[in-house]
Amino acid sequence: MIGVIALAVGVVLGLWLDPTVPDWVQPYLPIAVVAALDAVLGGLRARLDGIFDAKVFVVSFVSNVLIAALIVLLGDELGVGGQLSTAVVVVFGIRIFGNASAIRRHLFKA
Amino acid sequence: MAEPKDEKGHRLLSGSLIALLCLALGLALVTQVRRTRAGDALADQRPQDLVVLLDGLRQREAALHKEIADSEATLRRLRESGQGSTAALEEARRRATALGVLAGTVAAAGPGVRVDITDPRGKVGPETLLDAVQELRAAGAEAVQVGSVRTGVDSAFTGSAGRLRLDGTDLSAPYVIVAVGDPPTLAQALNIPGGVVDSVERAGGGSRLAQSERVEITALRPERSHKYARPAG
Repeated sequence: MIGVIALAVGVVLGLWLDPTVPDWVQPYLPIAVVAALDAVLGGLRARLDGIFDAKVFVVSFVSNVLIAALIVLLGDELGVGGQLSTAVVVVFGIRIFGNASAIRRHLFKA
Repeated sequence: MAEPKDEKGHRLLSGSLIALLCLALGLALVTQVRRTRAGDALADQRPQDLVVLLDGLRQREAALHKEIADSEATLRRLRESGQGSTAALEEARRRATALGVLAGTVAAAGPGVRVDITDPRGKVGPETLLDAVQELRAAGAEAVQVGSVRTGVDSAFTGSAGRLRLDGTDLSAPYVIVAVGDPPTLAQALNIPGGVVDSVERAGGGSRLAQSERVEITALRPERSHKYARPAG
């Protein structure tokens, strides 16, 4: 619950403040957002499963974001940044779909 | 006692951490969406992609430059040929006009003479008028009109004295001959001893010769279409 409220507050803050993104973050921000979304959905799913653990959530959130950013950074250094970004997005996309369907099963029993 | 409190603090910490992370996520989400919407697509592209993009643009630019050069060359060529054909057309028009004056199909004006030949006794014959026209021609008359008839290459005086015809048209005295050419030369040609003026006087007629800076010949000959002759060579 607190997470949903914080998310809404963050959206409003973003709309209101319109922060500028530092140059060095720019390539990683979209990937980080996707990774974080995966973590949040995973947390939601765990919550519905009744096995939510705040520590696991925080750690998975942070590590997801960091690893995603690291992979993109590594890809950029290797010269395959674009492809690796795509790979990360695909993987997280699949995971998000998996989490979303689990949540759906919980909510609608279907 | 200590453990529940620890538990509570732990919960508070984790809750605020979750809130913080979710807040950061919302913020990042909105920012990223905004940035994407702003359309500053080049700013977050990778150098390799930018290089490919730049290369494509360069190639396109080169192709467009080539197209411009080709188009300009075509334009120049067309303009030149246009000028050439305009000049040719102008020349052809000039020649057509000159030939038209000669053939009698266009009106002519310029310096020349006007001769009035009276014939009270009806004795001026076709040969006298033919003589007059030939003298005028020989003196360089470029266009000649007798009465209301323009003389041409196939003009012929027929009939007899008092009932003259030129190209089938009846002429009646006084006969008016208008010729375009150098006025003094034409006048001299008519005035030579034993010439036209003398002949008319011998026939009992009178002639009056007027030189003018501008005479107008308005009678036209019908255009001849050739049935057999074709330009050769």
